[in-house]
Amino acid sequence: MRRHVTAYGFLSLALVVFAVFSWYPIVRGVVLSFQQVNFVSDPEWVGWENFQRLFDDPLFAVAWRNTAWFTVLALVIGFGVPFLTAVVLNELRHAKGYFRLLVYLPVMLPPVVTALLWKWFYDPGPGLFNSVLRELGLPTSQWLDSGNTALISIVLLTTWANMGSATLIYLAALQTIPGELYEAAELDGAGIARKVWHVTIPQTKFVILMLLLLQVVATMQVFTEPFIMTGGGPEDSTVTVLLLLYRYAFVYNDFGTASALSLILFAVLGVFSFLYLKVTRRADA
Amino acid sequence: MKKSAAVLLGCVLVAGCGSGTTADSGGKVVININGQPPQTQAFDRKVFDEDVAEFEKQNENIDLVPHEGFMDPKTFSAKLAGGQLEDVFYVYFTDPASLIARKQAADITDYVKDVPHYGDLKQELKDVFTVDGKVYGLPTANYTMGLLYSRINFTKAGLDPNKPPQTWDEVRAAAKKLKDAGVTGFAEYSKSNQGGWHFTTWMKSVGGDIARKDGDTFKADFNNDKGKEVLRRLKEMRWDDGSMGEKQLLEIGDVQNMMGAGQLGMYLAAPDNVAAIVNQFKGKYDDYGLAAIPGQQGTLLGGEGYMIHPKATPEKIKAGLKWIQWKYLNPDRLEGNLQKYRDRGQPVGLPIPPIADIWTGHPRKKQEDLKAKYATMPVENFKAYVDGSEKTKGSLEPPQAQQVYAILDNVVQATLTNRDADHAQLLKDAETKVNAVLAQVK
Repeated sequence: MRRHVTAYGFLSLALVVFAVFSWYPIVRGVVLSFQQVNFVSDPEWVGWENFQRLFDDPLFAVAWRNTAWFTVLALVIGFGVPFLTAVVLNELRHAKGYFRLLVYLPVMLPPVVTALLWKWFYDPGPGLFNSVLRELGLPTSQWLDSGNTALISIVLLTTWANMGSATLIYLAALQTIPGELYEAAELDGAGIARKVWHVTIPQTKFVILMLLLLQVVATMQVFTEPFIMTGGGPEDSTVTVLLLLYRYAFVYNDFGTASALSLILFAVLGVFSFLYLKVTRRADA
Repeated sequence: MKKSAAVLLGCVLVAGCGSGTTADSGGKVVININGQPPQTQAFDRKVFDEDVAEFEKQNENIDLVPHEGFMDPKTFSAKLAGGQLEDVFYVYFTDPASLIARKQAADITDYVKDVPHYGDLKQELKDVFTVDGKVYGLPTANYTMGLLYSRINFTKAGLDPNKPPQTWDEVRAAAKKLKDAGVTGFAEYSKSNQGGWHFTTWMKSVGGDIARKDGDTFKADFNNDKGKEVLRRLKEMRWDDGSMGEKQLLEIGDVQNMMGAGQLGMYLAAPDNVAAIVNQFKGKYDDYGLAAIPGQQGTLLGGEGYMIHPKATPEKIKAGLKWIQWKYLNPDRLEGNLQKYRDRGQPVGLPIPPIADIWTGHPRKKQEDLKAKYATMPVENFKAYVDGSEKTKGSLEPPQAQQVYAILDNVVQATLTNRDADHAQLLKDAETKVNAVLAQVK
């Protein structure tokens, strides 16, 4: 019985923390989505008006389209690059630790520092990338200053900044693959590509799937980089859902509409979180 | 989902806290005031603290509790909801309209008649804080936008620094020469709503505007020849002449850095930018000049003032107004202030506090005389601005200014980043969006 009391004690503390810092804010956020507030007089119930305002805002569709496109690009580039890097790192025989550190280093930089650093890299005038391209006699790009290239430029930056963690997880998964499987494949005459396709990918598929889902959830919440680097421009090409949400809350001071948008995002991300849970349960089973 | 939950939490924390103000104590009226300069601005901080002490000495029944900082729209609601908003708070002219619409400032109509010299303030500045005949704040400084230029780079480019451009054609010609001299000729903001803000100034300078009253509502008023003219001029400088540099999506900090680093010829700015650049880059006032807005058919009014907490008691409102008038709207203290600035080696001569351009009538005459007497900087460098401002009509920002500016940012961004941008289509799209925003104005 005493053991149970201790257990319930720990449990109740955790429940209180969750209730105060997670569940209560979520419930209040839902309530706020149906209210207009000025923090002086009592909140006014406005039904679905906040949601209607969102749907009437042409930027709402633009923000979702940009976010979806960003997520797709981030998955294509942000999945492939770390996975291949992990495969290469796994094959290294020398200086393994050094290269792992090198790959992980950008993760240790604060996102704001990374964004400001890359802002200079992307400067279409004296920036690093265009200077190198000019030296090589190649055509330069407008990078962040063009509606056609701004989003992909941010994807490249976020891939560089975040690939370290994903690479290490893939690497850990790769190292759990029994060596005999590769030996057997080699005996069957498999080359590198076939070994990756028939051994590496099937053996790491749960990790890949879980990371993909986590990446979807994370990349759909991209905010810091567009906020610092482009402010959503040029021509709204980098306005993301969270950036729009920020504008409603902290530029227009319309917390009701901001909460409504937050709720919609919450629901969309909830679907992916649910899928993630399903996958992890299957992996555990 | 961490971030969206965090945003929800942010919204909820803002919503969940109660609001309130410091209670009166010991028979004294205690009021929290902001606008106290940070420790890093040693001179301004010292003057502020001395003023607080002197005011309290003269008004023993009032206890001032100073706070650093000014109004930040990003934290305003959080401070209000959390009971942290000061009883007397600073605002930029961009903010009062929306604060009044959201009922987030006290109605001081019944008290303002007792404020000395209120009648001598410029009417258009009082209008910033007045809605339907009710007064919600007091203006304490006023800027109209002008053309800030580097006298050094003008000389380097073979331009006469004493004859700054007066028309947009002259701006274009000067920008070309500056570019040939190796610096960016002209820079323009296009990010963080500042592109829209400056587009508004451009529109006013060519005799246009952003919104017009149409019966009881407002309508967008920039999808016309004036709007096209502004975009054409920007396009010519950016793409035909290449005098605006390659890097765009600039905001005020970027452009001030360019000017302070000697890499820029001209940009649109209010006089406070001169002081900001000189202070930040340890520059000299002699190196900069300020001219009237090119075109001079109109300009955008900017400035600052103070409002009162919406839940302040009558005693706090009276004490707050007494402080604002004594500190910022007090012709009787003008000479003493100027003496103090001059004796402590501070610049006197720019139309910024302590000689803010807010007065009419006798206080204005007195201020001009004192400015000439105590000037410590080459005021002739700013004469073109002062003379031009007298002649150029300043007007207010559009309703829902921040939302409108966010939409117009796009128009400026597209013009500056896309050589083939379709100006007519950009203005048409922006008009539709701005009309949707203006339709919400009640």
